[in-house]
Amino acid sequence: MSQILEVKGLEASYGPTKVLHGLDFSLDQGGVTTILGANGAGKTTTLRAISGMVTRSGKISLAGTELSSLSTADITRRGIAHVPEGRGTFVRMSTEDNLRLGAYSRNDKAAIAEDMERVYTYFPILKQRRGQQAGTLSGGEAQMLAVGRALMLRPRLLLLDEPSFGLAPLIVQELFAILKRINDEEGVSMLLVEQNAALALELADHAYLLETGNIVISGTSESILENETVRRSYLGY
Amino acid sequence: MDLFLQQILTGLANGAIYACLALAVVMIYQAIDHFNFAQGEMAMFSTYICWAMIAGGLPYWVAFFATIIISFVGGLAIERIIFKPLHSAPVLSHVVVFIGLVAIFNSTAGAIWDHTIKTFPSPFPDGSFAGLIGLHEIGMFFVTLIMLLGIFGFFRFTRIGMAMQAAAANPDSAGLVGIRVGWMLALGWGLAAAIGAVAGMMIAPIVFLDPNMMLGILLYGFASAIVGGISSPGGAVAGGFLVGIIENLAGTYIPAIGSELKLTVALILIVTVLLFKPNGLFGKTIVTRV
Repeated sequence: MSQILEVKGLEASYGPTKVLHGLDFSLDQGGVTTILGANGAGKTTTLRAISGMVTRSGKISLAGTELSSLSTADITRRGIAHVPEGRGTFVRMSTEDNLRLGAYSRNDKAAIAEDMERVYTYFPILKQRRGQQAGTLSGGEAQMLAVGRALMLRPRLLLLDEPSFGLAPLIVQELFAILKRINDEEGVSMLLVEQNAALALELADHAYLLETGNIVISGTSESILENETVRRSYLGY
Repeated sequence: MDLFLQQILTGLANGAIYACLALAVVMIYQAIDHFNFAQGEMAMFSTYICWAMIAGGLPYWVAFFATIIISFVGGLAIERIIFKPLHSAPVLSHVVVFIGLVAIFNSTAGAIWDHTIKTFPSPFPDGSFAGLIGLHEIGMFFVTLIMLLGIFGFFRFTRIGMAMQAAAANPDSAGLVGIRVGWMLALGWGLAAAIGAVAGMMIAPIVFLDPNMMLGILLYGFASAIVGGISSPGGAVAGGFLVGIIENLAGTYIPAIGSELKLTVALILIVTVLLFKPNGLFGKTIVTRV
């Protein structure tokens, strides 16, 4: 299978504190990969490094295009949509304006309108809330809006940072079912960061385990599920 | 009664100018979280540029629009050259740079055009409307009003306007939808400088042209921004009109204030609003559910 993203020797730091110590990993085209790890392991930083939101070094290439020297806006324009930790919606703007901004870098008006309808098909609740200020949405709705906004880019790769955070279990089930549909139907590759390892391994076909800025285990989801360390530390059985 | 009406109308006309400066200040505040103390001096400098072009023989409106464009480019350049490198510098650095800009614009204007007070032409005819308000004041009111409506239309209905709002509200997320945040900030500076230029050119026939002409007016602009709500551009504009009216009425009807202590009204308004309603009259408290 071909690779959509290849990362080599990725290091990242906040000021003088180095958080990632040379990560090597790759993502399959059309696959879902998850990064597991405890708090502070560097999961969020890995996503932020790919999107150019932290100082980083190393090689990051998206289907052959080198990203490590590009700005966040330019990386986004190459087709990486990042659903950030805490959703990052524009709280003072309406739901629909948020979605419209998701397509900011595109010019194909007709296709944008189509995609808006498609997002509303995935998340009917957003259609009901289309005129409402994004800040007044519930946690689940806001997360759906964040994913919807990312889809408006027509991304080749979707980065998801803790999409289940703070949501009721039923909403989480619903959200992950939709993510699976998006992956199946549209072939959007995904990189998922999750605290909830069981949930993440259910959606993902590949997984990496991150500990204090280093990848310690990697493999298919099945093999990770059977790994003794992962089971004891992250799945709790 | 006539006196009262006269003061209200004059208040509205002056208020339009305060509204412009308040809007310029709020726009930059939203982007970088600081008051631009140099906003007034930038406007003064723009007004001098317009004066020089008119003195050089250009027709008024040509000089007017040329000044707007020059100011826009100048504002953009200030952000790119001076503030971009200071992006993550502490608050104090910004404040010092603002003060530096005030001094630079003030002394440069004095050095080029000297410190004597000059008259500045009005594009509107002399005379008054029913003896209540000067025609220049009426013209000034409508010019600024049209500009303010244009600016709000731009923010509400254009793609770039939306992107500028997004970049100011949440720079991280704006980058993640492909908005070039740095350029949006620069554009904001350009717009703010252009708005200030219009205010300067419109008020100059009344207060006359000299390097310190905007000092008091900027203070009213700050008062307007605070009264209206520093987080709300619409509020800042409303605050401008309110401050204009209050200032005129207080000057006329409270003998202790008179025309001498009018500026004090602005300071009292700033202190009162900050003490009792820190978000301003129209400042939105963001509703967020978790």
